[in-house]
Amino acid sequence: MTAVKMNQKQFTVIRNNSPSSAVSEIPLLDHDAFINLITRSLKDEEKHCISYYGVRFKERLTLYCFIADDSNGSINVFAHEPAVNDPLLKSVTAEFSQLHIFEREIHENFGVKFEDHPWLKPVRYPSHRHDKAQTIDNYPFYSIDSEELHEVGVGPVHAGVIEPGHFRFICNGEKVLHLEIQLGYQHRGVEELFVSMNNALQRCILSESIAGDTSVGHALAHSQLIESLAHLEVSEGLQAERCIALELERLAIHIGDTAALCGDVAYQPGQAVCEALRTLVINTTQLWCGNRFGKGLVRPGGTNYPLTGEVADAIIMMTDDITKRFGEITDSIYSSPSVLGRFDEIGTMTRKQGLSTGVVGPSARMCGIDRDIRKSHPFQYYRKHSYQPVILETGDVLARGMMRNLEAFESIRIIRKMTEDWRDKVKEISKPVYDYKLKPESFSVSLIEGWRGEICHSAMTDINGNIIHYKVKDPSMHNWSALALAVRNQEISDFPVCNKSFNLSYCGHDL
Amino acid sequence: MLKELKALKSHGRQAIKNLRTQAVSPLFRGRPVISGNITGEEINSLAAMCPVRAINENTGSIDLGRCVFCRECEFMKPEKITFTNDYRIATNDRKGLIINPGQDIPIRCDGNLVRKDVRKLFRESLKLRQVSAGGDNSCETELGAAGNVNFDMGRYGIEFVASPRHADGIVITGPISENMARALDLTWEAVPDPKIIILAGTDAISGGIFDGTPALDRSFIENHHIDLFVPGNPAHPLTFINGIMDLLGIE
Repeated sequence: MTAVKMNQKQFTVIRNNSPSSAVSEIPLLDHDAFINLITRSLKDEEKHCISYYGVRFKERLTLYCFIADDSNGSINVFAHEPAVNDPLLKSVTAEFSQLHIFEREIHENFGVKFEDHPWLKPVRYPSHRHDKAQTIDNYPFYSIDSEELHEVGVGPVHAGVIEPGHFRFICNGEKVLHLEIQLGYQHRGVEELFVSMNNALQRCILSESIAGDTSVGHALAHSQLIESLAHLEVSEGLQAERCIALELERLAIHIGDTAALCGDVAYQPGQAVCEALRTLVINTTQLWCGNRFGKGLVRPGGTNYPLTGEVADAIIMMTDDITKRFGEITDSIYSSPSVLGRFDEIGTMTRKQGLSTGVVGPSARMCGIDRDIRKSHPFQYYRKHSYQPVILETGDVLARGMMRNLEAFESIRIIRKMTEDWRDKVKEISKPVYDYKLKPESFSVSLIEGWRGEICHSAMTDINGNIIHYKVKDPSMHNWSALALAVRNQEISDFPVCNKSFNLSYCGHDL
Repeated sequence: MLKELKALKSHGRQAIKNLRTQAVSPLFRGRPVISGNITGEEINSLAAMCPVRAINENTGSIDLGRCVFCRECEFMKPEKITFTNDYRIATNDRKGLIINPGQDIPIRCDGNLVRKDVRKLFRESLKLRQVSAGGDNSCETELGAAGNVNFDMGRYGIEFVASPRHADGIVITGPISENMARALDLTWEAVPDPKIIILAGTDAISGGIFDGTPALDRSFIENHHIDLFVPGNPAHPLTFINGIMDLLGIE
């Protein structure tokens, strides 16, 4: 990588689901040019930061920034090498809060200081963090000194059967003034393992274990990344199969989330019916590949479980059943005054807040932000299928509930259309490729629209084609701050329904 | 009202009648069977290929406590290894999870290893506190599903409770991250005696794909007696419920 002179290009442009590029093509900018390029880019609402991280290789630390341009489906990539001693950058977070999580992560991992960053809060206390003296057990929560306020601490172990995180509320009576979320309890060292496990099959298993409820999403992001770095192509038939599996995952979770939301407002028929419908969907995934979460289904270069006519028929039959029964129950749920009373205008996040904090996925689309990788940076068979995302405006629990409802039917439409297309495709059964060779000194980025939002996997190789760095970005990285904003001035008793309406990943965030 | 009735009519009866005999899809990855005439050379190549070192390089056995059920060993040697769809693979004897070549017998609990007070006190009512210690949320979701309208483990008085103070035991999922180690200890201490520990999923039993990473702290497992091991990736609700029924001596 050579430093950029005046008049040379400031960033290199890549596209999602394309062959990898050489690391040497990434322009290395000086501090001011780097910061200015970030701020200039983010002024445009159609651009957002999909990843921004540090790579330490051979004693040098380099920061890489990836800005997605949704208007033309491209990704701008540029880099900066901070000073070796006392690395310091101007923080962009004060102007564009969406960068907060990335700057905090770089600070936590490498000790880089960000001048004027409003709050360099720890992200996940990873085992390789720069400051090992800070531990998750001695974190000083934000507190306010007042006799009228009290603190409520929830977690890490919560009431339900869910993952751990700590929620520290500052309340005035029943009203929440401030919520601080501290995560990191689920940290297992995923990114380091992608590098140290120099084994294709292990990496596949690992990708499925990042967030088990998004096994297909993360496995697909990983496979797509590997295929890009190895310059492997897969047939259209397999691309369609992968999208069908991704939509089945989305459908199952959206129905399950609807059940959970009903449970939280004591609407038993909604919970019972949706639980049974979710079983129907995941048992169809199990019929296809033997696992209710699709683990084992997605692999680089091929699959061990090619879709068959019999399974395709079962999928279509299931979507018929779901269309009828999910339609009936959601009709009931969303016209029930007792449910609407608990959803309507609760936990609202405005469009402005959403843009500011950088939300992605349904959490963005429910407050009027048009962000969906299936449309903006289409991948796999979505490239053949023009997709219009569901956008709602009100930003409350009701909007998030309705999001599940409307997107579930969209998923059914996509599944049915793609299955129809698939039937006409030539069936090339290709087995998974585990002995791939990655291009040397290359990098790539893989974006997938998982059910929570955009998943981004990126990696870099050395001169021998070995992976030297692997970055996983689950959509929850962006969206946890939205929950903290949404519960402000709400009743603390509405927290469970707000939390479930977002349903963010703890392990996806913690890695 | 009419809308609810319509939806409930379509819903019908959802509870699985017999959790002991309910069939699952043919491809469900349950108990494996390894051929008795597997050769040493075959064992070597399989053991080297297994992503989680679940295959013993000397005996050729598969350790279901380490296995992630990816079936790659079966794909490599389909004439020697078959993963059946037998989901009753939970046991209270850790050695019972080791499947040897030539072995094709059901996996069950060893009644002699069960503490007497466990069967006496919990046979008709077992309240459990779930602790996710680095779990990837697939096991947690399946444990939640074990109480849903289809599996309904509540019919046996088995349910998850909100507080460890109300519980008779804990169900751990996940490989036990270092960041959860203290919370796990505190939760366990808060459960009144007598109490049991259940490990659900490969990650909990052995660390799974994460075994050996510095981000874990599995000392809790080493320091406590485990009452039930429920393998799976994730552990299927039928495996979990059948395992508890076996442990408690329910027919």
